[in-house]
Amino acid sequence: MLGTGQDQFKGGGIPMLIFYVGLLLLASAAFVAGRSKAIALLAGRPGSMHSLPFYHGAYVALFALIAAGLVYGAATAAAFPYGQYAGLFAAAAASAYALPKIAPDFRTRNTVERIVLAILALSSGFAILITVGIVLSVLFEALVFFSQVSPVSFIAGLQWSPTSEPASFGFIPLLVGTLLITLIAIIIAGPLGLFSAIYMAEYASPRMRAYTKPILEMLAGVPTVVLGFFAALTVAPLIRGWGEAFGLSVSSESALAAGVVMGMMIVPLISSLSDDVINAVPQSLRDGSYALGATRSETIRRVVLPAALPGIVSAFILAISRAIGETMIVVMAAGLAANLSFNPLDAVTTITVQIATLLVGDQEFDSAKTLSAFALGLVLFLITLGLNYVALRVVQKYREQYD
Amino acid sequence: MTDITMPIPPRTADVSADLVARRYRAERRFRAYGLISLGITALFLAFLVVDIVGKGFPAFFEHTVTLPVTVSADKVDAANPSKGDFGTLAKDALKDAFPAMSGRADRKALLGLLSTGAADDLRKRVVSDPSLVGKTADVPLLMSADADLYFKGSQTSVIRSTGSVPINIAKLDDKFSISGQFDTMPSGTVIRANDGAFRVKAVNGSTLEFEVLIEPAAIGGVPAGQWQQLQFSKVEADRRITDKEAVVLETLQERGLVSKGIAWRFFTSGDSREPELSGIKGALVGSLMTIVITLAISLPVGIAAAIYLEEFARKGRMTDFIEVNINNLAAVPSIIFGLLGLAVFLNFFGMPRSAPLVGGLVLALLVLPTIIIASRAAFRSVPPSIKEAALGVGASHQQAVFHHVLPLAVPGILTGTILGVARALGETAPLLMIGMVAFIVDVPKGVTDAATLLPVQIYLWSDLPELGFQSRTAAAIILLMVVLFALNAVAIYLRKRFERRW
Repeated sequence: MLGTGQDQFKGGGIPMLIFYVGLLLLASAAFVAGRSKAIALLAGRPGSMHSLPFYHGAYVALFALIAAGLVYGAATAAAFPYGQYAGLFAAAAASAYALPKIAPDFRTRNTVERIVLAILALSSGFAILITVGIVLSVLFEALVFFSQVSPVSFIAGLQWSPTSEPASFGFIPLLVGTLLITLIAIIIAGPLGLFSAIYMAEYASPRMRAYTKPILEMLAGVPTVVLGFFAALTVAPLIRGWGEAFGLSVSSESALAAGVVMGMMIVPLISSLSDDVINAVPQSLRDGSYALGATRSETIRRVVLPAALPGIVSAFILAISRAIGETMIVVMAAGLAANLSFNPLDAVTTITVQIATLLVGDQEFDSAKTLSAFALGLVLFLITLGLNYVALRVVQKYREQYD
Repeated sequence: MTDITMPIPPRTADVSADLVARRYRAERRFRAYGLISLGITALFLAFLVVDIVGKGFPAFFEHTVTLPVTVSADKVDAANPSKGDFGTLAKDALKDAFPAMSGRADRKALLGLLSTGAADDLRKRVVSDPSLVGKTADVPLLMSADADLYFKGSQTSVIRSTGSVPINIAKLDDKFSISGQFDTMPSGTVIRANDGAFRVKAVNGSTLEFEVLIEPAAIGGVPAGQWQQLQFSKVEADRRITDKEAVVLETLQERGLVSKGIAWRFFTSGDSREPELSGIKGALVGSLMTIVITLAISLPVGIAAAIYLEEFARKGRMTDFIEVNINNLAAVPSIIFGLLGLAVFLNFFGMPRSAPLVGGLVLALLVLPTIIIASRAAFRSVPPSIKEAALGVGASHQQAVFHHVLPLAVPGILTGTILGVARALGETAPLLMIGMVAFIVDVPKGVTDAATLLPVQIYLWSDLPELGFQSRTAAAIILLMVVLFALNAVAIYLRKRFERRW
């Protein structure tokens, strides 16, 4: 299946680039033809036509492009070898059909605008298509997997060893590993992000903000593969060295190293989301508190934070969701061995690490080993979807309206 | 109504002052927590940057040794110089520089110091100037990664000191002995004298227990200042350069043959199994192709979707559903998009693995929600009065949007798009899913060729055990970060330059 399909991308007939350039040239010619015909019809009597010349040109060109797209798409789907030529021919034929329709009382603009509107609507529907694509592609393979491995042994199994013989697909060690690293991350990022946000929103002068905000934005912009490199080559040996100094045995791929760096990754997320909700608390609440004689920190703790709590909780949930779905840091810094361990100094593995390792390299779509990655993907998708939903609901349900 | 039954004792002034002081201390503490948090974050970022730059900066330089190379006519045909045996020529040049080192082990130690790329450099030079055949010319030869790292000090640090006492080298029954008024000398110290080298085991009064690394050219007394001690911070077993190789390198440097230059080949070559020959041109070209495809798809679709949702869509179930979808997609882990790409693009449509085309498609889906959300915000920031004025003078709804609202929203859209592109450029996980983990030497020529991208190259190199690749990884990271910061700077500039208050 792979072999036959690849040929079409190696270019049967003419190279794709020439096809697209040819199509573009044809469409431009169609535009110019339509526009100049309209100008000729206008012949010095401005206002005598329903639509502007531009729309007549666009009308012919759109006809050409849509015809070419339909024909080429159909030809490719039917594996017809000369689809590109057919497409170009269709473009020429469609413009020959559309050109004579141009007349002074032809409502070209309305037609063109209807087509444009349809294109805009289709584009926005694209988002639905992506979601459907994700759900279908993950669900389909996952269902094949669950026809081979019972869902109960997947959900409740305590051992994960997809490559051993016989393979076992117990999901619990991965879940524990994921949650352990996420917990470490949130323990680090929670206070750091929240206190940073409080300082930025309540204490920092505009000057201070101008210096500190870029720091957080820069940290947010660091690619995760870079953080993974840092975690694996710098943080992990450091933690190992400290651990050994205290007489602890630390695995070289400890959950702690991955968790700490992951925590630093989500600090900007928590702080910027919390910053926004703290800023959204009306000033009148603070003024009221100050008027009663409260200090700033008392106001923040007793008035501002309770008012902003739903937003902060939602920020934490989103950060957890992000940490669970993060891949590169754990792929590079956490281990592969699925140990069922709660010890942060041990090597643990996560859902994303397993997806990545199972699918990198040779894939056989009939083996449970490859398919299990899609089952894990489904679980990951459902977890993050659930967390995002909860985050949304928390804000909707508990937010106070202060206006 | 309940009356207060217990009278509150009147508060004395010092109790009040105490309470206030305590509250003020709490205030200061609370404020400090914020500052400390920000400080830790800044410190982490600084540590990250310093660590990466420290590791990666040396990779932008390489060491070459300039030796007289005899391009003999029997090894290289003047009519067809590209076929010549340049590897042997380069090796011979190094052997000639150390005529005393003739044993097998000695030869091996010598030849490990030259890169296999030295022969290719020599070939290029002779091909461009065939008159060199039959002549001897000083040619810079690239050193191997291990030798290069030795000079950069990443292998082991070396303390070089000149001998402060005169010593005497004697030879008795094929056994060398060294005597002199030594202070203490740690075992493992290497002594260089009379073109020979000795590794010290222990000091016994005025005689030395040692083993011979390289036999000296002469025996007899060596005055103070004429011999040298080398002390390595790592023992021989822990580094990739042996003591003997280190002595050869020290000698070459002493003769002034070693020079340090900018490693242009890091920017002009593809991946390689040899750290000193590997470059990131392939990854850069791959990244560029991918980003162009990503933009070509996500920008028009994203803007069109934003225009529809913001200007034309009737509020209703469908629009709500689309909005929920977009917001959700923005929070879906990137690896899931990789699964989508694997199942749909590779498996269903049969597109080639590891190709920039597929990478671009997957990343386009990934950044589409970001671009839609940013573009919608940009459209919302254009005041309705602009559109209303256009409608008022007779423009159609689409004319009003495309001629008047869209141009004013462009800076906001661009800012959002650039940030989306920056995110796509650093994304790795979904690319691993579509097979971008292959070792690819060639620079991709088309979007369907197998390619690596910059972040993927970083991931691949970071997995390799050689110290040379670790440094290359960090160098590639520096490059990636520079590109990302430049993109962010452009976004900030655009925001500042075109920001308008209506």
